[in-house]
Amino acid sequence: MNAGKILLVEDNPDDIALTMRALKSHNMTNDVVVAQDGVQALDYLFGAEGGAGPDELPAVVLLDLKLPKVNGLEVLQRIRADERTRLLPVVILTSSDEERDLIDGYRLGANSYVRKPVDFVEFTQAAKQLGLYWLLMNRAPPVPRRL
Amino acid sequence: MSPLRDWPIKRKLTAILLLISGLVLVLTSAAFVTYQVVTFRRTIQSHLATRSRVLAANSTAALAFANEADATEILAALQYDPHMVAAALYNQDGRVLATYPVAATADLIPAAPQPDGYGFEGGRLVGFTPVAQGGKRLGTLYIASDTKDVSDALRLSGVIAIVVLAIAMLAAYALAAALQGRISAPILALAETATAVSTRQDYSVRAPKLGEDELGRLTDAFNQMLVRIEDQDRELRRYATELEQRVAERTHELQERHEAVRRNAAELLAANQELDAFAYSVSHDLRAPLRSIDGFSHVLLEDYAAQLDQAGRDSLQRVRAASQRMATLIDDLLKLARVTRAEMRTEVVDLSGMARDIVAELQRATPERHVEFAIAPGLQARGDPRLLRVALDNLLRNGWKYTAKQPRPQIEFASTNVNGERAFVVRDNGAGFDMKYADKLFGVFQRLHSAAEFEGTGVGLATVRRIITRHGGRIWAEGAVDRGATFYFTL
Repeated sequence: MNAGKILLVEDNPDDIALTMRALKSHNMTNDVVVAQDGVQALDYLFGAEGGAGPDELPAVVLLDLKLPKVNGLEVLQRIRADERTRLLPVVILTSSDEERDLIDGYRLGANSYVRKPVDFVEFTQAAKQLGLYWLLMNRAPPVPRRL
Repeated sequence: MSPLRDWPIKRKLTAILLLISGLVLVLTSAAFVTYQVVTFRRTIQSHLATRSRVLAANSTAALAFANEADATEILAALQYDPHMVAAALYNQDGRVLATYPVAATADLIPAAPQPDGYGFEGGRLVGFTPVAQGGKRLGTLYIASDTKDVSDALRLSGVIAIVVLAIAMLAAYALAAALQGRISAPILALAETATAVSTRQDYSVRAPKLGEDELGRLTDAFNQMLVRIEDQDRELRRYATELEQRVAERTHELQERHEAVRRNAAELLAANQELDAFAYSVSHDLRAPLRSIDGFSHVLLEDYAAQLDQAGRDSLQRVRAASQRMATLIDDLLKLARVTRAEMRTEVVDLSGMARDIVAELQRATPERHVEFAIAPGLQARGDPRLLRVALDNLLRNGWKYTAKQPRPQIEFASTNVNGERAFVVRDNGAGFDMKYADKLFGVFQRLHSAAEFEGTGVGLATVRRIITRHGGRIWAEGAVDRGATFYFTL
C-alpha cells in the first residue's frame, strides 16, 4: 500500500466531519491531514514562515474552493508554481457547479473536479471512491529531491 | 477679324444701318447718273438731227446741180461747232460729193450712205439725213459728232453722286452710332446684370429699364424672374439653415440617448455582476448547510437507529427528503439564473435532431417506459443552441413526466402556422391542466400538480419561457384536465 496521505483543505467543520466519517468507514482516517484554510494548507506544504514542508508530500490534495484568507484557486496556483509540488495531484472538491470555477480549476492545473453531492449517501460514495482511487489506485509522481 | 456672329451688338447694329443706307444711296446715285446720261444723249441727238435737217435743206441746190464747191462751203460752216468731227454729202447714186473737213480721211467718212437715222457708233454720234426737194430725194447728208459733252456730263454726275454718297454715309454712320444705343443699351444692361447674377450669385441686382418697348418688356420679365429666384434662394437658404439646426438637435438628442443607453448598459452590467456574485454564493453557501442537515440526519439514522422509534426515524427521513428537495430547487434556480445570464450565440439549430437526442436520452434513463414519439423532420430555427436545448429538454421532459399515468402515452414535436407566424408545438396526451390556470404555468415555483402526483420544482417552464423570451419569441399553452397539454412557442 502507498504510504501517502490525503491533505483535506476544508473550512466547514460539518464537511470535515462528514468527510472523515466517509473515509473512516473505509479505514482511511489515519491518512488524512486537515487544513482549515488556504494559509494552513500552504503552511503544511511549504512550511510556515519559509520553513521546510513535510518530508513526504501527500498522495493527493482535496481542495475546497471557497476558503477564508487564501482561496482554493490561489492555493492551487501556488502549488503549481513551486517546482517541488508542481506535479502534486490536486482534486477540487467543492459545492460550486459554476462553469467558471470548472474552467478556472482545470486551467490552473487541477487533476480532477468533484462536486460535493448534498445527499449524504452519494457524498459518502464520492469520498470513498476518491480516497480509494488516489491512495490505492493512482501512482503519484516522483517528488523532486530537496536541495 | 472675328466672325460676324461674334461682333458686339453695337457694331452689328451700326454695320447693318450703314449697309442698308449705303445700298439705298448707291442705287439712287446709279439711277440719277443713268437718267442724266440718257437725257443728255437724247438732247444732243435731237440737236444733231435739227442741225442735220437745216444743213440738208441748205444743201438741196448744191446737190441738185452737183455743185461740189457749194456743197463743200455749206459743210465748212460746221467748223464753228467744235464737236463736229466729220460730215459728207452723197448724191442720188450714193457717191460722195463733198466732205468736212475737206481732206477727210476714208476712215472718217463711210464709203456709201446707210439707212436714214441717228445713233451712237464707236464713241461718236452719227446720223444719215435725207436731202429732198418737193418730194424728190436728191441725196443723203452724213454727219458725225463727238460725245465729249456726254462723258463730261457723266463725269460730273459721277462726282456729284460720290460726294453725296460720302456725305450721306458719314451722316448715316453718325446717326447709326447715336441711335444704336437705344437698342443695344438695354441689351447690354441685361447682359451685365446676368453676368453679375451668375458670377456673384447676387440675386438682388435688377436690370435698368430704358423704355416700354419689347426690350423693356424683356427687362421686366428678366427682373421678375430675378425676384422669383431671389425668393426661392432665400427660401432654400432658410430650409438649409433649419435642416442644419434640426440635424444638430437630432445629433445632440442621439448623443444624449446614446449616453443614457451607455449608462443603462453600465448599470445593467453592474446588476448582472451582482446577480452573478449572488448566484455564485447561493450555489456555494446554500448547499453546504443542506449537506450538513442531510449528512447528520443520516448519521443519526445510522448510528442511533436503535434509540429512535419509528416516528423518530420517519421524521429524520422527512428531514433528509426535504433537504434533498431543497438542493434540487437550488440547482434549478441556478439553472434559471444561468439561462438569464448566459451570452447568446445565434446560429441555425436543427431542432428535430435536438429533439431526437433528448428523446433517446429519456428512453435510456427510463427504459421500462414506452412512449410513442412523433418528431417532424427538418425543423430548424435561428437561436442559441445551448439555450434552445435546455428549453426543448424541459418541454419534452414535461411531456414525458405528465404522460406517466397514461396507458398509451404519445408525445409530438411539430411546427404549425399561427396567424401567419410559424410556431413550434410540443403536444402530449398526458394529465393536462385546467385552462383557468394557464397563466400560472410559466411562473417560478408555480405548480398545477402536487408533488405527490408528479414531482417537480416549478422552475422548468419558467426557464423555458425565459429562454423563448430571450430569443424574442412567445410561448403559450392549451390544455384540458386529463386531455393532454399543447405548448406553442415562436422564435
